[in-house]
Parts: sequence; C-alpha cells; structure tokens
Amino acid sequence: MKGMTLIVKTITDFVAGFIVIFGAYIVLYGHLTPGGGFAGGVIVACAFILLMLAHGSDVAFSKLPEKVAHVMDSAGALAFLGIGWFGMTMGFFFMNSFGRGEMFKLFSSGMILPLNIAVAFKVGSSLFLVFSALAIFRRRSFRAMIEDELA
Amino acid sequence: MTVYFLCVVLLTMGLYCLVAKKNIVKKVLGIVIMDYAVNLYLIIIGYKTGGVAPIIEADMPLSTLERFVDPLPQALVLTSIVIGLGVMSLMVAMCIRLYEKHGTFDMSVISKLRG
Amino acid sequence: MANIAPQLYALLVFMVIGSIVAIETRNLLSAVISVSAVGFALSVAFLFLGAPDIAITQLVVEVLVLIILIRGTILLDNTAVDTHRDTLAVVTSLIFFGLILGFGAMIFGSRGFPEFGQPVMRVSKVYVQTGLPATYAANIVTAVILDFRAYDTLGEATVLFTSILGALALLRREGKVSREEVVAA
Repeated sequence: MKGMTLIVKTITDFVAGFIVIFGAYIVLYGHLTPGGGFAGGVIVACAFILLMLAHGSDVAFSKLPEKVAHVMDSAGALAFLGIGWFGMTMGFFFMNSFGRGEMFKLFSSGMILPLNIAVAFKVGSSLFLVFSALAIFRRRSFRAMIEDELA
Repeated sequence: MTVYFLCVVLLTMGLYCLVAKKNIVKKVLGIVIMDYAVNLYLIIIGYKTGGVAPIIEADMPLSTLERFVDPLPQALVLTSIVIGLGVMSLMVAMCIRLYEKHGTFDMSVISKLRG
Repeated sequence: MANIAPQLYALLVFMVIGSIVAIETRNLLSAVISVSAVGFALSVAFLFLGAPDIAITQLVVEVLVLIILIRGTILLDNTAVDTHRDTLAVVTSLIFFGLILGFGAMIFGSRGFPEFGQPVMRVSKVYVQTGLPATYAANIVTAVILDFRAYDTLGEATVLFTSILGALALLRREGKVSREEVVAA
C-alpha cells in the first residue's frame, strides 16, 4: 500500500503525535470526565490509521509492528481478566480492592483506572490490526500469481 | 411518543434495506442503520426532561443528583457501539472474501453460482 | 429546563432522510457517505440527550466506519448492481414494514410504557446515589461499566475479541502452496 503526497505526509507528522496524546488523556481521565477506555482506544487507533493512510503500511508497521499489536491486543484482554481475578483473592470477582485514593484526583477510584488502560490497549490495537488487514489485503492470492506466471 | 415511533421507522428502514437489496454492501449498511436505531432508542428511553449528564463535579449541590439522566442505558450502549464497529469489520471482511471468490457484490449472482 | 424536543425531531427527520438516500441511491459511495451523515447526526443527538461519553465514542467510531467501508469495499468495485428488482422480496418486506410499524404504534400507544422524559430509574437510582462514595469515580457511566457491571464489560470485550479474530482469520494471507500443487490441479 502506497502513501499520499508530500503535503499530507508533512501535516500527518505534525498531527499524529498530538492525536496520541489526546487519546491518552481521554483514557487516563475517563473516570473524572467524559471519555474512557473505549473512546480513547479508538482515538489512538485513529492516529496509527492516519499514519498508515498517509505514509503507507511500511512506516506504520515500523512505528507499531504487527507482532507487537497482536501481543498488546491479547495482553489487554488478559489484564482485564487478571484484575478481575485479583479481586477474587480479596472477596469476589471484580471486587474493587485497590486503594481508593482521594476523590476527584487522577489516582483514585481503585481498579477503574487500570481497567480503562487495559480496555484502551485492547480496543486500540485490535482496531489497528483489523484495519491493516483490510487495507493491505492482497486481492490476488498466491495461487493466482503462480497460475498467471505459468500461463 | 413520536420520538419512539421515529426510532422504529429508522429500524424498519434498516430491516427493509437488509431484506430487499441485492448488493451485499447495501445489506451491511442496513445492519449499520439498525444498529444506530437501537442505540438511539436505548438512550432516548433513559432521558429525563431537563436532565444533565451523569458526571459529578466537586462543587455540585446534592440536589443535582436528582436531575441526572439514566446512566445504565448509556453504559450498555457505550460498549455496544464499539462492538458494532467490530462486527461491521467482520462483515466487510466477508464481503471482500466473497468479492475475491465471485468477482461481484451481487447477491443474486453469488447465490446462483455453485462452487 | 430547556425543551429539547424540536432539536431532537429535526435530527431524527434528518436521519430518516439520510437513510432513505442511503438505501435508494444506486452509487455505493453515495450510500456509504449518507450512512455516515446519519451517524454524525446521531452523535449530535446523543449530545442533546445528555450523553457526552456516547457522543465522543460515536463520533470517533463513525470516522472509522467511513474509512473501513470506503477502504475495504468501494475501492474494489463501485459499480451499481443494476439487475431487475425482485418484486416478491420488495412486496414481502413492505408488508413486514407495515406490520412492524403497526406493532410499534400498538406498543407505544399502550399504557405502562414510560413517557419521553420520564424514565423509570429503579436500578439506576442506586447507581447515582452510591456511585461516588462506593467507587470514587466522578463519571457515573464509567463507574457502572467498570465497577458495578464489570462482568458485562468482560463479556463484551470477549465479543469484540472474537469478531476481530474472525475478521483477521478471514483476511489472512492464503497458505503457501507449492508450484507443483498448482500445476497438478
């Protein structure tokens, strides 16, 4: 998959980092302001999809390799489950057993902040993966290439 | 009441698109429209007249809690939207595979071909 | 106590018109863009209905829906399917349409259904009253999805995981076949 023109590439270089920061803000302050893991994860995925559309798949995969995205996807789901099981050791499944902290501060509300981050990792990396699979999907399969070569 | 009825109109239009159209991308669009209608219906059910968003601020009088809209449908719809995106990408993947195999998006042609 | 009904009606009528255009147009690109217009109107409607969380999520997801649909399907084939209409399917679905609308009118006309603007908040009252002291999260929606009902969210994360896994399995590169196999086939 090829990239776009120089103008689009330059603007993308300016903007992509800020989009990632904004997504991280939406995730981290999900328990105090509107937002949360789902919206923030999609925003971060949008930044990498913008990179892929503007620069082509090679540059996007050099920033976030496919293997790393697979690992992040599974790690997010496992972290979500693991936090639930940690609550199990204290009482019941998904018990909010971490320290509560102080109200209306960033590090408060126990397990909600780690769960938000886990959901964001899961949603963001899986959407990036599915978009990359859709975008760079080869219309011509390996078998068809060999058949053309033989013909 | 009319608001609910317009939601049902939107839902049935998606259903019509799903049943009567031949193009499989159009069928996917019909499912997406049905998704929108159901999400909007759930949020509208939880709306309270003069309601505010269910987010507490530090210096908020306690009586504001009475004006909050229903947070439960919002929590269910929030995950449902992202799941709708995942399911839609699964359907688009199926469409691409069908196009690769048959060379067309037309459902009547695809169902006539054997093998 | 602002009355939001006029804005909501305007947005709903806009959404209905947008879906009619999306369903009846012959060009696939126009159909996809009309569906996205419906989605953005839906996002504005969520803002009016006091749901900023949902509005943000819907807006961002809508951008991705537009990109995925155009990138995945329109680039392959933008020709309209222009065969004869199947009259039986159209008539059947129109009867369906009428029946469902009739049932909808019956259900919403019956008593016991909550009026618009007066929700039955039997369960949610507990969440609103005890949300801040129990979880220390100021956003009640986040408190519900990640604390009171975290088990639900786990199930929905599993659904998302499975659907993405299905899409990746469908789109994987075809297994390597040797030249001899192709020649033999």
